[in-house]
Amino acid sequence: MSDHSAPSEHIVSGTLYWLVWAILIVATFLTAWIATIDLGPFNTVVALVIATGKASIVALIFMHVKYTHEKMTKPILIGALFWLMLLLILSLTDYSSRYAG
Amino acid sequence: MSDRAGIGETPLAVEHEDRPELRHHFADVEQQRNAASLGMWWFLGTEIMFFGGMFCAYLVYRRWYFPEFAASSRSLDLIVGTLNTAVLICSSLTVAMSIRAAQFGKRQLQVKLLLATIFFGLVFLGVKAYEWDNKYKEHHIPTFHFSARDLIHNKDNRKIFGLDKLQNDPAKLQEREAEIQRRSQIFFSLYFALTGMHAIHMVVGVGIFTVITWMAYKGRFTPEYHTPLEIAGLYWHFVDIVWIYLFPLLYLIDRRPPGP
Repeated sequence: MSDHSAPSEHIVSGTLYWLVWAILIVATFLTAWIATIDLGPFNTVVALVIATGKASIVALIFMHVKYTHEKMTKPILIGALFWLMLLLILSLTDYSSRYAG
Repeated sequence: MSDRAGIGETPLAVEHEDRPELRHHFADVEQQRNAASLGMWWFLGTEIMFFGGMFCAYLVYRRWYFPEFAASSRSLDLIVGTLNTAVLICSSLTVAMSIRAAQFGKRQLQVKLLLATIFFGLVFLGVKAYEWDNKYKEHHIPTFHFSARDLIHNKDNRKIFGLDKLQNDPAKLQEREAEIQRRSQIFFSLYFALTGMHAIHMVVGVGIFTVITWMAYKGRFTPEYHTPLEIAGLYWHFVDIVWIYLFPLLYLIDRRPPGP
Protein backbone atom coordinates (compact mmCIF):
# COMPACT_ATOMS: atom_id res chain seq x y z
CA MET A 1 0.00 0.00 0.00
CA SER A 2 3.07 2.24 -0.01
CA ASP A 3 2.83 5.36 -2.17
CA HIS A 4 5.89 4.66 -4.22
CA SER A 5 5.78 0.93 -4.82
CA ALA A 6 4.55 -0.19 -8.20
CA PRO A 7 1.11 -1.82 -8.05
CA SER A 8 1.78 -5.47 -7.41
CA GLU A 9 -0.97 -7.42 -9.06
CA HIS A 10 -0.64 -11.16 -9.22
CA ILE A 11 -0.61 -12.59 -12.74
CA VAL A 12 -1.96 -16.11 -12.83
CA SER A 13 -0.29 -18.40 -15.36
CA GLY A 14 -2.32 -19.32 -18.43
CA THR A 15 -1.59 -23.00 -17.82
CA LEU A 16 -3.28 -22.83 -14.41
CA TYR A 17 -6.38 -21.20 -15.94
CA TRP A 18 -6.62 -23.99 -18.53
CA LEU A 19 -6.09 -26.60 -15.81
CA VAL A 20 -8.93 -25.10 -13.72
CA TRP A 21 -11.14 -25.08 -16.82
CA ALA A 22 -10.34 -28.76 -17.50
CA ILE A 23 -11.10 -29.72 -13.88
CA LEU A 24 -14.42 -27.83 -14.00
CA ILE A 25 -15.47 -29.49 -17.26
CA VAL A 26 -14.50 -32.99 -16.06
CA ALA A 27 -16.28 -32.39 -12.72
CA THR A 28 -19.44 -31.28 -14.56
CA PHE A 29 -19.65 -34.49 -16.61
CA LEU A 30 -18.58 -36.54 -13.58
CA THR A 31 -21.38 -35.17 -11.39
CA ALA A 32 -23.97 -35.81 -14.15
CA TRP A 33 -22.70 -39.39 -14.52
CA ILE A 34 -22.50 -40.16 -10.78
CA ALA A 35 -26.11 -39.00 -10.38
CA THR A 36 -27.19 -41.99 -12.52
CA ILE A 37 -25.54 -44.47 -10.13
CA ASP A 38 -27.44 -45.53 -7.02
CA LEU A 39 -25.46 -44.42 -3.96
CA GLY A 40 -28.48 -44.32 -1.67
CA PRO A 41 -28.55 -41.14 0.42
CA PHE A 42 -25.04 -40.22 -0.75
CA ASN A 43 -26.10 -39.09 -4.24
CA THR A 44 -27.05 -35.65 -2.91
CA VAL A 45 -23.93 -35.45 -0.72
CA VAL A 46 -21.61 -36.27 -3.64
CA ALA A 47 -23.41 -33.77 -5.94
CA LEU A 48 -23.04 -30.97 -3.35
CA VAL A 49 -19.40 -31.82 -2.56
CA ILE A 50 -18.52 -31.66 -6.29
CA ALA A 51 -20.45 -28.36 -6.67
CA THR A 52 -18.66 -26.86 -3.66
CA GLY A 53 -15.29 -27.99 -5.00
CA LYS A 54 -16.06 -26.39 -8.37
CA ALA A 55 -17.30 -23.16 -6.76
CA SER A 56 -14.19 -23.02 -4.54
CA ILE A 57 -11.70 -23.20 -7.41
CA VAL A 58 -13.68 -20.61 -9.39
CA ALA A 59 -13.51 -18.25 -6.39
CA LEU A 60 -9.89 -18.98 -5.47
CA ILE A 61 -8.30 -18.97 -8.94
CA PHE A 62 -10.65 -17.23 -11.41
CA MET A 63 -11.79 -14.61 -8.86
CA HIS A 64 -8.25 -14.26 -7.45
CA VAL A 65 -9.35 -14.74 -3.81
CA LYS A 66 -6.19 -16.81 -3.32
CA TYR A 67 -3.91 -14.00 -4.56
CA THR A 68 -5.60 -10.82 -3.35
CA HIS A 69 -3.63 -8.35 -1.20
CA GLU A 70 -6.85 -6.65 -0.19
CA LYS A 71 -7.30 -7.59 3.47
CA MET A 72 -11.11 -7.34 3.63
CA THR A 73 -12.02 -9.56 0.64
CA LYS A 74 -11.74 -12.85 2.53
CA PRO A 75 -13.60 -11.62 5.67
CA ILE A 76 -16.47 -10.35 3.45
CA LEU A 77 -16.68 -13.67 1.63
CA ILE A 78 -16.48 -15.75 4.82
CA GLY A 79 -19.00 -13.43 6.51
CA ALA A 80 -21.49 -13.77 3.63
CA LEU A 81 -21.12 -17.57 3.64
CA PHE A 82 -21.57 -17.62 7.42
CA TRP A 83 -24.89 -15.75 7.18
CA LEU A 84 -25.96 -18.03 4.34
CA MET A 85 -25.22 -21.13 6.46
CA LEU A 86 -27.12 -19.56 9.36
CA LEU A 87 -30.14 -19.13 7.08
CA LEU A 88 -29.96 -22.60 5.51
CA ILE A 89 -28.99 -24.74 8.52
CA LEU A 90 -31.37 -23.15 11.04
CA SER A 91 -34.27 -23.12 8.56
CA LEU A 92 -33.70 -26.73 7.56
CA THR A 93 -33.39 -28.05 11.13
CA ASP A 94 -36.66 -26.26 11.91
CA TYR A 95 -38.69 -27.29 8.86
CA SER A 96 -37.43 -30.85 8.60
CA SER A 97 -38.46 -31.57 12.21
CA ARG A 98 -42.07 -30.57 11.47
CA TYR A 99 -45.00 -32.03 9.62
CA ALA A 100 -44.84 -31.31 5.90
CA GLY A 101 -47.39 -28.56 5.31
CA MET B 1 -1.06 37.53 -3.02
CA SER B 2 1.64 35.19 -1.88
CA ASP B 3 -0.89 33.44 0.42
CA ARG B 4 -3.17 32.62 -2.48
CA ALA B 5 -0.30 31.23 -4.47
CA GLY B 6 0.60 29.10 -1.45
CA ILE B 7 -2.89 27.57 -1.36
CA GLY B 8 -2.73 26.86 -5.06
CA GLU B 9 0.57 25.08 -4.70
CA THR B 10 -0.56 22.73 -1.93
CA PRO B 11 -4.11 21.76 -2.75
CA LEU B 12 -5.84 19.25 -0.46
CA ALA B 13 -6.69 16.99 -3.37
CA VAL B 14 -4.00 16.45 -5.93
CA GLU B 15 -5.18 15.72 -9.44
CA HIS B 16 -2.95 13.06 -10.92
CA GLU B 17 -2.53 14.80 -14.23
CA ASP B 18 -0.07 12.26 -15.55
CA ARG B 19 -2.57 9.42 -14.85
CA PRO B 20 -6.08 10.38 -15.95
CA GLU B 21 -7.49 7.02 -14.72
CA LEU B 22 -6.38 7.68 -11.11
CA ARG B 23 -9.05 9.67 -9.25
CA HIS B 24 -7.83 12.45 -6.98
CA HIS B 25 -9.21 10.94 -3.77
CA PHE B 26 -7.02 7.84 -4.05
CA ALA B 27 -3.36 7.82 -3.03
CA ASP B 28 -2.29 5.37 -5.71
CA VAL B 29 -3.54 2.94 -8.32
CA GLU B 30 -3.48 -0.04 -5.97
CA GLN B 31 -5.66 1.70 -3.38
CA GLN B 32 -8.13 2.66 -6.09
CA ARG B 33 -8.22 -0.89 -7.44
CA ASN B 34 -8.68 -2.39 -3.97
CA ALA B 35 -11.58 -0.02 -3.22
CA ALA B 36 -13.34 -0.93 -6.50
CA SER B 37 -12.85 -4.66 -6.01
CA LEU B 38 -14.01 -4.43 -2.38
CA GLY B 39 -17.18 -2.66 -3.51
CA MET B 40 -17.93 -5.51 -5.91
CA TRP B 41 -17.29 -8.10 -3.17
CA TRP B 42 -19.76 -6.33 -0.85
CA PHE B 43 -22.31 -6.41 -3.65
CA LEU B 44 -21.64 -10.13 -4.23
CA GLY B 45 -22.16 -10.65 -0.47
CA THR B 46 -25.68 -9.20 -0.82
CA GLU B 47 -26.19 -11.37 -3.92
CA ILE B 48 -25.33 -14.48 -1.89
CA MET B 49 -28.12 -13.54 0.52
CA PHE B 50 -30.49 -12.74 -2.36
CA PHE B 51 -30.06 -16.15 -4.02
CA GLY B 52 -29.76 -17.75 -0.54
CA GLY B 53 -33.41 -16.99 0.21
CA MET B 54 -34.55 -18.81 -2.92
CA PHE B 55 -32.17 -21.72 -2.34
CA CYS B 56 -33.56 -22.00 1.21
CA ALA B 57 -37.18 -22.13 -0.05
CA TYR B 58 -36.09 -24.77 -2.57
CA LEU B 59 -34.34 -26.93 0.07
CA VAL B 60 -37.31 -26.83 2.48
CA TYR B 61 -39.81 -27.89 -0.21
CA ARG B 62 -37.42 -30.50 -1.58
CA ARG B 63 -37.29 -32.14 1.85
CA TRP B 64 -41.05 -32.05 2.24
CA TYR B 65 -42.09 -33.11 -1.30
CA PHE B 66 -39.16 -35.31 -2.30
CA PRO B 67 -41.02 -37.79 -4.61
CA GLU B 68 -42.68 -34.97 -6.57
CA PHE B 69 -39.41 -32.99 -6.77
CA ALA B 70 -37.47 -36.07 -7.92
CA ALA B 71 -40.01 -36.87 -10.64
CA SER B 72 -40.17 -33.23 -11.83
CA SER B 73 -36.35 -33.03 -11.85
CA ARG B 74 -36.18 -36.14 -14.06
CA SER B 75 -38.40 -34.39 -16.63
CA LEU B 76 -35.62 -31.83 -17.22
CA ASP B 77 -33.19 -32.59 -20.05
CA LEU B 78 -29.98 -33.87 -18.40
CA ILE B 79 -27.76 -33.74 -21.51
CA VAL B 80 -28.81 -30.20 -22.45
CA GLY B 81 -28.32 -29.07 -18.83
CA THR B 82 -24.84 -30.61 -18.60
CA LEU B 83 -23.70 -29.09 -21.91
CA ASN B 84 -25.06 -25.69 -20.91
CA THR B 85 -23.07 -25.87 -17.65
CA ALA B 86 -19.96 -26.57 -19.73
CA VAL B 87 -20.74 -23.53 -21.94
CA LEU B 88 -20.89 -21.30 -18.87
CA ILE B 89 -17.57 -22.69 -17.58
CA CYS B 90 -15.97 -21.87 -20.94
CA SER B 91 -17.24 -18.29 -20.59
CA SER B 92 -15.58 -18.04 -17.17
CA LEU B 93 -12.28 -19.18 -18.69
CA THR B 94 -12.46 -16.56 -21.45
CA VAL B 95 -13.15 -13.83 -18.83
CA ALA B 96 -10.14 -14.91 -16.74
CA MET B 97 -7.95 -15.08 -19.87
CA SER B 98 -9.10 -11.62 -21.04
CA ILE B 99 -7.98 -10.11 -17.71
CA ARG B 100 -4.65 -11.87 -18.20
CA ALA B 101 -4.43 -10.42 -21.73
CA ALA B 102 -5.04 -6.95 -20.24
CA GLN B 103 -2.26 -7.53 -17.70
CA PHE B 104 0.09 -8.12 -20.63
CA GLY B 105 -1.36 -5.23 -22.66
CA LYS B 106 -2.55 -7.49 -25.51
CA ARG B 107 -5.51 -5.48 -26.74
CA GLN B 108 -6.59 -7.62 -29.71
CA LEU B 109 -6.49 -10.86 -27.72
CA GLN B 110 -8.46 -9.13 -24.97
CA VAL B 111 -11.22 -8.06 -27.36
CA LYS B 112 -11.41 -11.54 -28.94
CA LEU B 113 -11.70 -13.23 -25.54
CA LEU B 114 -14.38 -10.76 -24.41
CA LEU B 115 -16.36 -11.37 -27.62
CA ALA B 116 -16.07 -15.12 -26.92
CA THR B 117 -17.45 -14.49 -23.41
CA ILE B 118 -20.47 -12.65 -24.80
CA PHE B 119 -20.93 -15.44 -27.38
CA PHE B 120 -20.90 -18.17 -24.68
CA GLY B 121 -23.28 -16.08 -22.55
CA LEU B 122 -25.73 -15.77 -25.43
CA VAL B 123 -25.47 -19.49 -26.25
CA PHE B 124 -26.33 -20.25 -22.61
CA LEU B 125 -29.38 -17.95 -22.76
CA GLY B 126 -30.45 -19.46 -26.09
CA VAL B 127 -30.30 -22.99 -24.69
CA LYS B 128 -32.24 -21.77 -21.63
CA ALA B 129 -34.94 -20.36 -23.91
CA TYR B 130 -35.10 -23.72 -25.71
CA GLU B 131 -35.54 -25.52 -22.37
CA TRP B 132 -38.25 -23.11 -21.21
CA ASP B 133 -40.05 -23.61 -24.54
CA ASN B 134 -40.02 -27.36 -23.86
CA LYS B 135 -41.55 -26.71 -20.43
CA TYR B 136 -44.29 -24.73 -22.19
CA LYS B 137 -44.98 -27.62 -24.56
CA GLU B 138 -45.05 -30.10 -21.64
CA HIS B 139 -47.56 -27.91 -19.74
CA HIS B 140 -45.00 -27.48 -16.97
CA ILE B 141 -45.30 -23.70 -16.57
CA PRO B 142 -46.94 -23.07 -13.17
CA THR B 143 -50.58 -21.83 -13.25
CA PHE B 144 -50.41 -21.58 -17.05
CA HIS B 145 -52.32 -24.72 -18.14
CA PHE B 146 -50.08 -26.59 -15.71
CA SER B 147 -50.48 -30.33 -15.79
CA ALA B 148 -48.62 -33.08 -13.95
CA ARG B 149 -50.44 -35.75 -15.96
CA ASP B 150 -47.26 -36.91 -17.71
CA LEU B 151 -45.51 -37.32 -14.32
CA ILE B 152 -48.48 -39.22 -12.82
CA HIS B 153 -48.79 -41.60 -15.77
CA ASN B 154 -45.07 -42.26 -16.07
CA LYS B 155 -44.59 -45.93 -15.04
CA ASP B 156 -41.32 -45.20 -13.20
CA ASN B 157 -43.01 -42.62 -10.98
CA ARG B 158 -46.07 -44.62 -9.91
CA LYS B 159 -44.20 -46.50 -7.21
CA ILE B 160 -42.48 -43.50 -5.59
CA PHE B 161 -45.75 -41.57 -5.76
CA GLY B 162 -47.45 -44.49 -3.95
CA LEU B 163 -50.17 -44.64 -6.62
CA ASP B 164 -50.11 -48.43 -7.05
CA LYS B 165 -51.26 -48.96 -3.47
CA LEU B 166 -54.27 -46.72 -4.05
CA GLN B 167 -55.46 -48.56 -7.19
CA ASN B 168 -58.56 -49.97 -5.42
CA ASP B 169 -59.55 -46.70 -3.74
CA PRO B 170 -60.64 -44.21 -6.46
CA ALA B 171 -61.38 -41.38 -3.99
CA LYS B 172 -57.95 -41.51 -2.37
CA LEU B 173 -56.27 -42.00 -5.75
CA GLN B 174 -57.88 -38.82 -7.04
CA GLU B 175 -56.86 -36.95 -3.89
CA ARG B 176 -53.25 -38.09 -4.23
CA GLU B 177 -53.16 -37.10 -7.91
CA ALA B 178 -54.38 -33.60 -7.02
CA GLU B 179 -51.64 -33.42 -4.38
CA ILE B 180 -48.96 -34.45 -6.94
CA GLN B 181 -50.31 -31.76 -9.27
CA ARG B 182 -49.95 -29.10 -6.52
CA ARG B 183 -46.55 -30.22 -5.27
CA SER B 184 -44.87 -30.63 -8.66
CA GLN B 185 -46.16 -27.16 -9.50
CA ILE B 186 -44.12 -25.86 -6.55
CA PHE B 187 -41.01 -27.50 -8.04
CA PHE B 188 -41.57 -25.76 -11.35
CA SER B 189 -42.34 -22.43 -9.63
CA LEU B 190 -38.94 -22.65 -7.93
CA TYR B 191 -37.34 -23.88 -11.17
CA PHE B 192 -38.56 -20.81 -13.05
CA ALA B 193 -37.79 -18.41 -10.18
CA LEU B 194 -34.21 -19.70 -9.82
CA THR B 195 -33.32 -20.19 -13.50
CA GLY B 196 -35.21 -17.00 -14.41
CA MET B 197 -33.39 -14.88 -11.83
CA HIS B 198 -30.11 -16.47 -12.94
CA ALA B 199 -30.95 -15.69 -16.58
CA ILE B 200 -31.69 -12.03 -15.68
CA HIS B 201 -28.22 -11.89 -14.13
CA MET B 202 -26.80 -13.36 -17.34
CA VAL B 203 -28.60 -10.72 -19.47
CA VAL B 204 -27.19 -7.97 -17.21
CA GLY B 205 -23.75 -9.62 -17.48
CA VAL B 206 -23.90 -9.68 -21.30
CA GLY B 207 -24.86 -5.98 -21.19
CA ILE B 208 -21.94 -5.13 -18.88
CA PHE B 209 -19.52 -7.10 -21.05
CA THR B 210 -20.74 -5.35 -24.20
CA VAL B 211 -19.63 -2.05 -22.64
CA ILE B 212 -16.40 -3.60 -21.34
CA THR B 213 -15.61 -5.02 -24.80
CA TRP B 214 -16.15 -1.57 -26.32
CA MET B 215 -13.80 -0.05 -23.71
CA ALA B 216 -11.20 -2.74 -24.44
CA TYR B 217 -11.56 -2.12 -28.19
CA LYS B 218 -10.94 1.61 -27.57
CA GLY B 219 -7.73 0.67 -25.75
CA ARG B 220 -8.93 1.93 -22.35
CA PHE B 221 -7.30 -0.92 -20.45
CA THR B 222 -3.57 -1.09 -19.80
CA PRO B 223 -1.41 -3.44 -17.72
CA GLU B 224 -1.59 -0.77 -14.95
CA TYR B 225 -5.31 -0.02 -15.18
CA HIS B 226 -8.07 -2.50 -16.07
CA THR B 227 -10.24 -2.33 -12.95
CA PRO B 228 -13.63 -2.20 -14.78
CA LEU B 229 -12.75 -5.43 -16.59
CA GLU B 230 -11.61 -7.03 -13.35
CA ILE B 231 -14.73 -6.27 -11.30
CA ALA B 232 -17.04 -7.11 -14.21
CA GLY B 233 -15.18 -10.45 -14.23
CA LEU B 234 -15.92 -10.95 -10.52
CA TYR B 235 -19.65 -10.52 -11.27
CA TRP B 236 -19.52 -12.96 -14.19
CA HIS B 237 -17.73 -15.65 -12.15
CA PHE B 238 -20.27 -15.22 -9.35
CA VAL B 239 -23.15 -15.83 -11.76
CA ASP B 240 -21.25 -18.92 -12.94
CA ILE B 241 -20.97 -20.17 -9.33
CA VAL B 242 -24.75 -19.74 -8.84
CA TRP B 243 -25.30 -22.01 -11.84
CA ILE B 244 -22.72 -24.52 -10.53
CA TYR B 245 -25.13 -25.05 -7.60
CA LEU B 246 -28.37 -24.75 -9.59
CA PHE B 247 -27.36 -27.50 -12.01
CA PRO B 248 -27.08 -30.39 -9.47
CA LEU B 249 -29.95 -29.05 -7.32
CA LEU B 250 -32.45 -28.79 -10.18
CA TYR B 251 -31.34 -31.42 -12.70
CA LEU B 252 -29.80 -34.14 -10.51
CA ILE B 253 -32.25 -34.59 -7.62
CA ASP B 254 -32.76 -38.26 -8.38
CA ARG B 255 -31.40 -39.69 -11.62
CA ARG B 256 -30.91 -43.23 -10.32
CA PRO B 257 -32.39 -46.04 -12.40
CA PRO B 258 -35.86 -46.97 -11.11
CA GLY B 259 -35.85 -49.97 -8.78
CA PRO B 260 -37.64 -53.22 -9.59
